[in-house]
Amino acid sequence: MKKNKIFISGDEAVAHGTRLSRPHVIAAYPITPQTITVERLSEMVENGDMDCDYMHVESEHSALSAAMGASSVGARTFTATSSQGLLYMAEAMHYASGGRYPIVMMNANRSVALPWSIYGDQRDSLSLLDSGWIQVYVEDAQEALDMIIQAYKIAEHAKVLTPMMVNLDGFILTHTYEMVEIPEQEMVDKFLPKFETPNKMSFENPKNLAFSSQPDDNTEFKYQQNKAMLDSIEIIEKTDQDFGEQFGRYYQGMVEEIMCADADAVLVTLGSITGTVRVVAEQLRAKGLKVGVLKIRYMRPFPEKEIMALSKKIKAIGVIDKDISFGYEGTIYTNVNSALSKANASVFKKNFIGGLGGRDITKAEIEKMFMDLLEGIDSDKPATVEFFNLKVETND
Amino acid sequence: MKEIRWHGRGGQGGFTASRLLGIAAGMFQDKHALAFPSFGPERRGAPVLAFTKIDDKKIHDRSEVITCDYVVVMDETLINPTMLKGITDDTVFIINTKNPDKYEILKNYKVVAVDATGIALDILGRPITNTAMYGALVAISGLVSLDAALESIRHEMKPSLIDKNIEIVNRAYEECSKVESTLKNN
Repeated sequence: MKKNKIFISGDEAVAHGTRLSRPHVIAAYPITPQTITVERLSEMVENGDMDCDYMHVESEHSALSAAMGASSVGARTFTATSSQGLLYMAEAMHYASGGRYPIVMMNANRSVALPWSIYGDQRDSLSLLDSGWIQVYVEDAQEALDMIIQAYKIAEHAKVLTPMMVNLDGFILTHTYEMVEIPEQEMVDKFLPKFETPNKMSFENPKNLAFSSQPDDNTEFKYQQNKAMLDSIEIIEKTDQDFGEQFGRYYQGMVEEIMCADADAVLVTLGSITGTVRVVAEQLRAKGLKVGVLKIRYMRPFPEKEIMALSKKIKAIGVIDKDISFGYEGTIYTNVNSALSKANASVFKKNFIGGLGGRDITKAEIEKMFMDLLEGIDSDKPATVEFFNLKVETND
Repeated sequence: MKEIRWHGRGGQGGFTASRLLGIAAGMFQDKHALAFPSFGPERRGAPVLAFTKIDDKKIHDRSEVITCDYVVVMDETLINPTMLKGITDDTVFIINTKNPDKYEILKNYKVVAVDATGIALDILGRPITNTAMYGALVAISGLVSLDAALESIRHEMKPSLIDKNIEIVNRAYEECSKVESTLKNN
């Protein structure tokens, strides 16, 4: 048997990552497809595998509010949610980021009603990009576990003090079982020391927290929040490098560039779809086509620098969005496009919208996206937003 | 990459079997595996699917299983034409039945029959057929060794269930090892 490697789901991997991070308080409410995570954590606390207060709450709004209360006395806290639950938390999310509480939350990416759907897409978290949380998206269960540990280190850093959301695609990651290495507790303890913060309620050092502001100082608070998020980029990269040195797994910080060095056409991915796109890109490379993949890991802060640099080397870029901002385009595309415009990049662009409400994205569809991009190079085709594999007639 | 589709009814342990195969491949042999159920709500008694992907290298492909190398049918009342989706000339069906000849729709395909219900009733006293079908698949496919399969049972199942399920896997493996040679000769 292989040492420290077990066959578990993404949900269970998150539970192990949380256990190893030793939170003082967990406050969570179950929701498909996150449920297994909070069930496992509840069992771990009950069995004595975790020394932690597990708070049963009556809603997601209460879960995050309770996490905030715990964080405000200096406790390391964890919560987890998905979809409707995340949206129900939305008010408290701005509260937590404005209060600079470094809570770590797992979000199982799931579609948003109506129509009611328990299946995966990324419309839930992408609709909350502006809530002031760091958002990372993972590709497999190992990365999920590892990013929970990294998330505490990043969120709790004195220059950051910002809550962080670790996103896993619902079902595709949460309910798929695979081999995951469980790090040794001692190594995690070494990497992630006890949470110490000056930003807490304390009798010894009393200070005002979670207060009101007036028009003459609110902007300054928001400036500092934005600056902390921008400063986190350096911390994210350093944390990932340190993690790689200690645990042997380095995820390359803000983005991972896959076969991009000499690529003509690059597809931008977020989350688990990256894996399937890797496979297709390798097949096309074997046929001599110069294609690559840009795996965006962080949506906030945004990897603007990396995308601007990449845009100077390539001729076409496509963005897969399991999301649509109605009346415009996919949200990942909007963000990528903003970076491209700052670089004055003249590349062929296309936004591919699909995989909504859990629809599978096939290798054949991905291959067609790459072919569309290659055909667009040096053409006068306009940049378009295309719903792929659409089963209704359109006038487009 | 080899792709296996498991057909069962909610509560029959099809997803457990798909995971046992993944555990055998990933934890007890030097292979990589993904195991997942058909995504969505689960209902006891309703037809459900589970999948296992096995490869010698890390599996990045997260798309749905389209074509299958093996289709394992744990409950013969599920046999119907929709089962032919994703079937190629090389696909092998492994079916829990005493009478494979009565299924006209499968007559042009490679079919191996195993009386998993009989084995389960004999050893377990209950018609829980997932580990018998698992043993049959291991014998016919050689995807993992018998030893790895038995280790997966020891690792994953409740202590009270281990001995009987090991007996079931061994029995099904033995019965199907004979079938394997006829299949290959054809």
